[in-house]
Amino acid sequence: MTIKGKAYIAGIYEHPTRYAPDKSTAQLHAEVAKGALEDAGLRSEDVDGYFCGRDAPGGAWAMVDYLGLKVRHVDSTESGGCSYIMHLGHAAEAIASGKCSVALVTLAGKPRTGDIGTKAVGAEEDFEAAYGATTHNAYAMCAMRHMHDFGTTPEQLAWIKVAASHHAQYNPNARLQDVVTVEEVLASPMISDPLRRMDCCVVTDGGGAIVVTSKEIAQSLNRPLVTLTGHGEAMKGPRGGNRLDLTYSAGAWSGPRAFQEAGVVPQDIKYASIYDSFTITVLMQLEDLGFCEKGQGGKFVSDGNLISGVGKLPFNTDGGGLCNNHPVNRGGMTKIIEAVRQLRGEAHPKVQVPDCDLALVHGTGGLLGLRHGASTAILERTQ
Amino acid sequence: MTETKTYPAPKENPETTPFWEAARDHKLLIKRCNSCGEAHYFPRSICPFCFSDDTVWEESAGTGEIYTFSIMRKAKPGPYAVGYVTLAEGPSVLTNFVDCDFDALRIGQPVKVVFKETEGAPIPFFTPA
Repeated sequence: MTIKGKAYIAGIYEHPTRYAPDKSTAQLHAEVAKGALEDAGLRSEDVDGYFCGRDAPGGAWAMVDYLGLKVRHVDSTESGGCSYIMHLGHAAEAIASGKCSVALVTLAGKPRTGDIGTKAVGAEEDFEAAYGATTHNAYAMCAMRHMHDFGTTPEQLAWIKVAASHHAQYNPNARLQDVVTVEEVLASPMISDPLRRMDCCVVTDGGGAIVVTSKEIAQSLNRPLVTLTGHGEAMKGPRGGNRLDLTYSAGAWSGPRAFQEAGVVPQDIKYASIYDSFTITVLMQLEDLGFCEKGQGGKFVSDGNLISGVGKLPFNTDGGGLCNNHPVNRGGMTKIIEAVRQLRGEAHPKVQVPDCDLALVHGTGGLLGLRHGASTAILERTQ
Repeated sequence: MTETKTYPAPKENPETTPFWEAARDHKLLIKRCNSCGEAHYFPRSICPFCFSDDTVWEESAGTGEIYTFSIMRKAKPGPYAVGYVTLAEGPSVLTNFVDCDFDALRIGQPVKVVFKETEGAPIPFFTPA
């Protein structure tokens, strides 16, 4: 059994806010749900499947009640920032097996306004908590080893931020809209060696939602048809510390699964949404997904190769997490949304990829240097 | 640095009690599987490689080399160096590098274990050998 062509992304919505002290988190979930349903041309009573991560206040049952939904399928898979890409695949599985026909996935929260709570801890806590391995330094440890093993440079990492900033200048909602240079990235303060401030994504309030439907329902709606043709997911951790290799991620496993299901190869992809929590995240994912050889990511991203209209692989044309939006410190949802915009031809004209009919969405969740998940989705415009 | 860094006391649990008892004697324990022969860290009852329950405690020499590290610059009470050490016995261990010049740290550098006190059991750290 495959999910190829069984489910369609009929509705998308990215909340325009980047700072929302005047709204509740549940309210933001409701607003993005409403936006995505209106985009699809569907009503809340059409929803029969609901998907959410840990950011949903009170979890699935509280949100289903708050939103007033009547569902016959729920999934609260939690894998950090890539949860929503996993939800997309799981929604397709549920639709393909007849468990639901209109799946709503929401993400929202307010990390810029205030604390969003602590993470659940695992059996490793006593052996790790004292060492202050946080988001920044956990990714920095990967970058440090990648530089050691492959000669990757800070200048190469900076090119990823530069590309994102070139796209963000056209997004009026982007948190950071100024184009930056490699020199400016290198002049920004060191946060956790070798990552500088401009290697890090933004912190924003906000959210997003998608509506995934069966083919029949999608065809009944007045929207371009965007279908999921391949999906993969994986998880990776130190696994007892044996033969530790922090230069690759779980994307090395989720990516090939998605490409195989879709029956395409990286060279076929016309646009890529790659979760950019940090510049190193993008570089490692590009290698792991097969856009270049392991160790060649630095060379691949240089000289504007990720800039739409300039390079070979336009990425994150909304400005990504590095410049546009990173609601709830989770980048997966906005990655799906911009890929659908590209496939519909609804991206900003300055960054729209011509004849964009095949796109990749990829995200990681958790901490790349510790434990993390990854999920990859291949999307195709069918008409 | 004027403030002294303090560390949280391990909560401990029945699965890891021997590790913390050894830590009180400043000994670093790892686990090894009698079935597949692989060593691992942090310690589990069931081997993460072959799922055998025949895992035994083994004292590490407490020496190894830096696999990777990062100096966290924005921190209170001051910067700290987090990283992984690959022990001589094989497993890599998440840790902090202490009592040293952070800017002189290098991947591949030999290091040795040192224990720091908490309000509970001492915790293992590493310093240049």
